[in-house]
Amino acid sequence: MAATQEEIVAGLAEIVNEIAGIPVEDVATEKSFTDDLDVDSLSMVEVVVAAEERFDVKIPDEDVKNLKTVGDATDYILKHQA
Amino acid sequence: MAKIKPSKGAPYARILGVGGYRPTRVVPNEVILEKIDSSDEWIRSRSGIATRHWASPEETVTAMSVEASGKAIADAGIDPGQIGAVIVSTVSHFKQTPAVATEIADKIGSGKPAAFDISAGCAGFGYGLTLAKGMIVEGSAEYVLVIGVERLSDLTDLEDRATAFLFGDGAGAVVVGPSDEPHIGPTVWGSEGDKSETIKQTVPWNEFHVGDVSKLPLDTQGEIKFPAITQEGQAVFRWAVFEMAKVAQQALDAAGISAEDLDVFIPHQANMRIIDSMVKTLKLPEHVTVARDVETTGNTSAASIPLAMERLLATGKAKSGDTALIIGFGAGLVFAATVVTLP
Repeated sequence: MAATQEEIVAGLAEIVNEIAGIPVEDVATEKSFTDDLDVDSLSMVEVVVAAEERFDVKIPDEDVKNLKTVGDATDYILKHQA
Repeated sequence: MAKIKPSKGAPYARILGVGGYRPTRVVPNEVILEKIDSSDEWIRSRSGIATRHWASPEETVTAMSVEASGKAIADAGIDPGQIGAVIVSTVSHFKQTPAVATEIADKIGSGKPAAFDISAGCAGFGYGLTLAKGMIVEGSAEYVLVIGVERLSDLTDLEDRATAFLFGDGAGAVVVGPSDEPHIGPTVWGSEGDKSETIKQTVPWNEFHVGDVSKLPLDTQGEIKFPAITQEGQAVFRWAVFEMAKVAQQALDAAGISAEDLDVFIPHQANMRIIDSMVKTLKLPEHVTVARDVETTGNTSAASIPLAMERLLATGKAKSGDTALIIGFGAGLVFAATVVTLP
């Protein structure tokens, strides 16, 4: 079953917490991965791969650069999840 | 039909000795920062690299290889004259022909062995080792010298803040010889040419001669830039960590070695972040010693695995007889992984 927007944000929060050590409650849709959450370009790849597995979605390298905020990633997953 | 007598090789092969050469000049991040807008903290956090070695004009591909080979031959306890083949993996020897392997073979006093170069980027050591094993088991050589050597400082764009800090110079060599027991596992190797643009040389050499010179890249002084290695960092990172972890696991499975049996992990020293993430993805147990030579050696492409192997043994972090998983991966894209017993 496809995940809802809330479930995706919560899932991304857990992933970001695991990879970058950011508290789950700090991860919200308007937050920028790089500027607000201290997720650098390489950690972003780890976040993307973890999100792919968790939400059964493919996020190609060329799309990763467009995912600036948690909201961008949430929308992308909502649209592309199997 | 006449019957052709087949060659007769050894039952198995093993690495008998290892040697390394690091150029005298140690280059800290401060020197890199003279030409790029970055910081020591940024470089360390993205790559784990603190220093690298850059070769002087005298520390040529040949000279570094001869030094590393001499140590590997002494470590193996054989006479140079017993070497039947010399395989050199490099992408930074700038004379296309003859192969640099022939000059190295001559300078180490190995007589007239078969000698040739291979081009397999950062997977070059694993490719060379696989060829060496095949030659020994097949019987075309009893002892094979495999050298990974690079002067990547010659192929570094010092004004590119994404790659200027990555590369270093050096040579690593091993002697592979006959064995009654298997000490080199099956190689899991391959190529993904559809990703050839991911890591590449900026400009082909012949562009300088026959190409449109006005299209060549310029540096900040307006001078034509020498070709350099460039890469798509995120794509390389994803491929290296997640796809190469699968290849590493396949190499363990092919050798019948579990992660619990493993003593040492020597991945290509590309970047500490790749190494850390690979270890995590592979779920390697705590007792496995992980090579982290990249911190003080940088990325030396084909030389990185034998250099890291030599340092682990020299510092006592690994010992002779340990079981090690090695994996190389890089431009091509190409990869090669296998399990070996350390010399």
